[in-house]
Amino acid sequence: MSDTAKEPILSVQDLAVTFDVQPEGAWPWTKPLKLHAVGGVSFDLKPGECLGVVGESGSGKSTLARAIVGTVPSSGGRIVFEGKDLAAMDVRQRRVHRKDVQMIFQDPLAALNPRMPVGDIIAEPLVTHYPNTPRAEVKARVAELMDRVGLLPNLINRYPHEFSGGQCQRIGIARALILRPKLLICDEPVSALDVSVQAQVVNLLAELRRDMGLSMIFIAHDLSVVKHISDRIVVMYLGRFMESAGARKLCTRPEHPYTQALISSVPIPDPVKERARKRPVLEGELPSPLRPPSGCVFRTRCPKAQESCVRNLPAISDLGDGHLVACPFHAPAEVLAPA
Amino acid sequence: MFPEKAVADGLADAAHLAEVQGRSLWKDARIRFFRNQAAVASLIVLIAIGIFAVFGGLVAQYERDFIDFSLMGANQTQGAPSFATGHYFGTDSSGRDLFARTVQGTRISLLVGLVGAGVAVVVGTLYGAIAGYFGGRVDGFMMRTVDILMSIPFMFVLILMLVIFGRSILMLFIGIGLISWLDMARIARGQTLTIKNKEFVEAAVAIGVSPMMIILRHIVPNLLGIVIVYATLLIPGMIIIESFISFIGLGVSEPNTSLGALISAGAGQMQYGVIWQLLFPLFFFIITLFAFFFVGDGLRDALDPKDR
Amino acid sequence: MALLEIENLTVTFQTGDGPVNAVNGVSLGIDTQETLAIVGESGSGKSQTAFAAMGLLAQNGAATGKVRFDGKNLLELPQAALNKVRSQEIAMIFQDPMTSLNPYMRISDQMAEVLTLHKGMSKRAAVAEAAKMLDAVRIPDAKARITMYPHEFSGGMRQRIMIAMALLCRPRLLIADEPTTALDVTVQAQIMQLLGEIRREFGTAIILITHDLGIVADFCDRTLVMYGGQIMEEGATTDVFASPSHPYTLGLLKAVPRLDRDDDILQTIAGEPPDMSRLPKGCPFTPRCTFRQDSCADIRPALTDFDGTRRRACHVPTQEVA
Repeated sequence: MSDTAKEPILSVQDLAVTFDVQPEGAWPWTKPLKLHAVGGVSFDLKPGECLGVVGESGSGKSTLARAIVGTVPSSGGRIVFEGKDLAAMDVRQRRVHRKDVQMIFQDPLAALNPRMPVGDIIAEPLVTHYPNTPRAEVKARVAELMDRVGLLPNLINRYPHEFSGGQCQRIGIARALILRPKLLICDEPVSALDVSVQAQVVNLLAELRRDMGLSMIFIAHDLSVVKHISDRIVVMYLGRFMESAGARKLCTRPEHPYTQALISSVPIPDPVKERARKRPVLEGELPSPLRPPSGCVFRTRCPKAQESCVRNLPAISDLGDGHLVACPFHAPAEVLAPA
Repeated sequence: MFPEKAVADGLADAAHLAEVQGRSLWKDARIRFFRNQAAVASLIVLIAIGIFAVFGGLVAQYERDFIDFSLMGANQTQGAPSFATGHYFGTDSSGRDLFARTVQGTRISLLVGLVGAGVAVVVGTLYGAIAGYFGGRVDGFMMRTVDILMSIPFMFVLILMLVIFGRSILMLFIGIGLISWLDMARIARGQTLTIKNKEFVEAAVAIGVSPMMIILRHIVPNLLGIVIVYATLLIPGMIIIESFISFIGLGVSEPNTSLGALISAGAGQMQYGVIWQLLFPLFFFIITLFAFFFVGDGLRDALDPKDR
Repeated sequence: MALLEIENLTVTFQTGDGPVNAVNGVSLGIDTQETLAIVGESGSGKSQTAFAAMGLLAQNGAATGKVRFDGKNLLELPQAALNKVRSQEIAMIFQDPMTSLNPYMRISDQMAEVLTLHKGMSKRAAVAEAAKMLDAVRIPDAKARITMYPHEFSGGMRQRIMIAMALLCRPRLLIADEPTTALDVTVQAQIMQLLGEIRREFGTAIILITHDLGIVADFCDRTLVMYGGQIMEEGATTDVFASPSHPYTLGLLKAVPRLDRDDDILQTIAGEPPDMSRLPKGCPFTPRCTFRQDSCADIRPALTDFDGTRRRACHVPTQEVA
């Protein structure tokens, strides 16, 4: 393997995304509140790797995705794609960047323009970046991709509402892949689908990733699905980094209290195992991202919280083998095993 | 629902399966519209009126500005509508054929309505979509301009313009065009705000489509439903405004006429027992408006937002 | 002792494309203090079964069959009598607490309304009782927060409020329609724990309608699997999960990714969820079934007992489904 293959294709360094929010019922000139959607998240993505990003509502994972794609501006830190800093790109370079990074969305039907036939929807990236492509070639490419994702090419003139959820997601995948991007970001791609269809789409994504050598970021709140498809997993809470490790390791021996609580909350479809598991339930409510707790944001619900957690941001410990934990009191726990 | 891909692969000519025609949302809406009997009837009425306006002149026995001196002074008795004299709708107080005049009037009134709505649709939709999509200061500036223009009392300005620059059809069109797009811009902007938060717009941004293309390809087609409905309801509004202007004597000048002018003239002659001079233009005026309202209602039901 | 018995329930909707059966000849029962899971995906008819039992069907829907509660057929009850049964005997909680709570009314008013209506309590007594119930569902600072509006609470809190509202009259049966689908997984765990406590404390029977096999495994005594408006199989949860007797259940269990397993490829169920207006005459699962035989598409398999308390509706012999 050459050296360049070991270079991360994407490097996110201390990324912060903050939104200005108008306080309710205030005068137009009052200072807006700051919503800290993402605060100080860092990770690297190697080419061909699939990184899972897991978190619950308010974790900032979707905002993170959008910052990488570029639909949301970052407020701090750096996003380095193939060695180039996103923020330093000019308009032309940004356009090229768009070709290399594509996204699929959570609501499969809403992600497609209801007034466009699916052939045009899938062709749109091609037509946008290569407007001089002859029509016959465009059509051929669209048909090729439809076939690739498991759709009959003769349905090219149908409209999105004539397809099921799973098929709409396939259309979205075809659209995202028509330009052969290097990085595919999947934002909760299967959450809105039935269980039996979820498996189809997840298998398809895994297959495409192998065949096309894609790097992937897979964002979801369902840890079971994320673990299945990802090589490594990053856990986020209230916009901050909690823990990251290889998928298997994270799920069997997590070190961060939040990850442990998260995993113990995930029910396993096995009555015998479930009833034997000890499952401490995480108490409390998610704090508001407008007023995140000082120090470690998880301290308000953490069973191990101490005085020092209020004052200091948790330092990130490197446990070797790519396992990083943002907690000074980390300790492994086998949360999936019977009590 | 759809044949299994594996099954299709088994068929030798899977790649040559005929392309299936899609059922677009417009088609669905069209089916729904034609189930609405009131709307369809009104559409037929509108088409009939349209034919009347365009081809009525061929049926008229007289030119619209031909003054039939033989009836002078005997309007009450001999100016009544009759097939014998060829004055199907009778004559007006100057002896001109009311049928031809009504054709002329309907033509002008419809033209005013359609041009007004046309300007509103094209200018207002684009303006509103641009303001809504870009948001921020652009939006603020554009919409404040609309607010200011809206607060100017239109009627007075129009009357002033007509008095100062003289009465002409061109002036009328300019005046009506200047205000018809304001409401539409507001509506288009509001709807754009809803649409731009939808995921398919975000997907287009992520693909790298330019803002102008996003507006034209993604936003405007999804606006058209609301725009069409509002435009259909705008037309009668325009006709009423024009009729009012004509009624007070400031509208199109002779020998051109509009339904409003005819109604005005007819109303003025009511006490002389020549009631047909009022009734015919009034009849056409009313059924035109009604038909547009019903068609607009039918369109609104057919283009139900639930479908989007 | 059977608390609720549904006999041959069929729910038909009049749609633009003609009549569609969302539920097709479903019979099931639940005993006092029992927990039953009704598992299915979209189009399975699981929610419509519950709505029909509660008389909550949409305007264009009609239910036939019998829904026996306490010896009375709920489908034939006049509105006034049905209202008495609702809330006092059977309560229901829904998937989206935001749309199930009136956003314009304070929580205190909404909850008190239940008590003043059904128990004839005074407003003051009703609010006090409501606050006590909010305490029971672990809403912090219940007495002070009861006067707030729904949007001032988080999703998990709103679901607790809904549960509290449902329990005000101590119903004997609680029907929970996808109660945790819209919630985060840690909040889901809290709510499921709460439902467990309620079951122990109040002795309420619970019907849990869901597509999530994980929460079913932990919470429910018995599991019933529906597809295309019909029952596919039913039995004790441990039995159904350990040895599914129906191809659909088998496929479903294999398709769910599990944290404790390292599968390379998820085994999928081919095809799409059913089009309810175009079901085969026989078993609705036929187009997607890997075990299908010739008779499956034409002859509807009867729901037969086997192995004691289990039931299944399938032409393929039990031992072949694995």
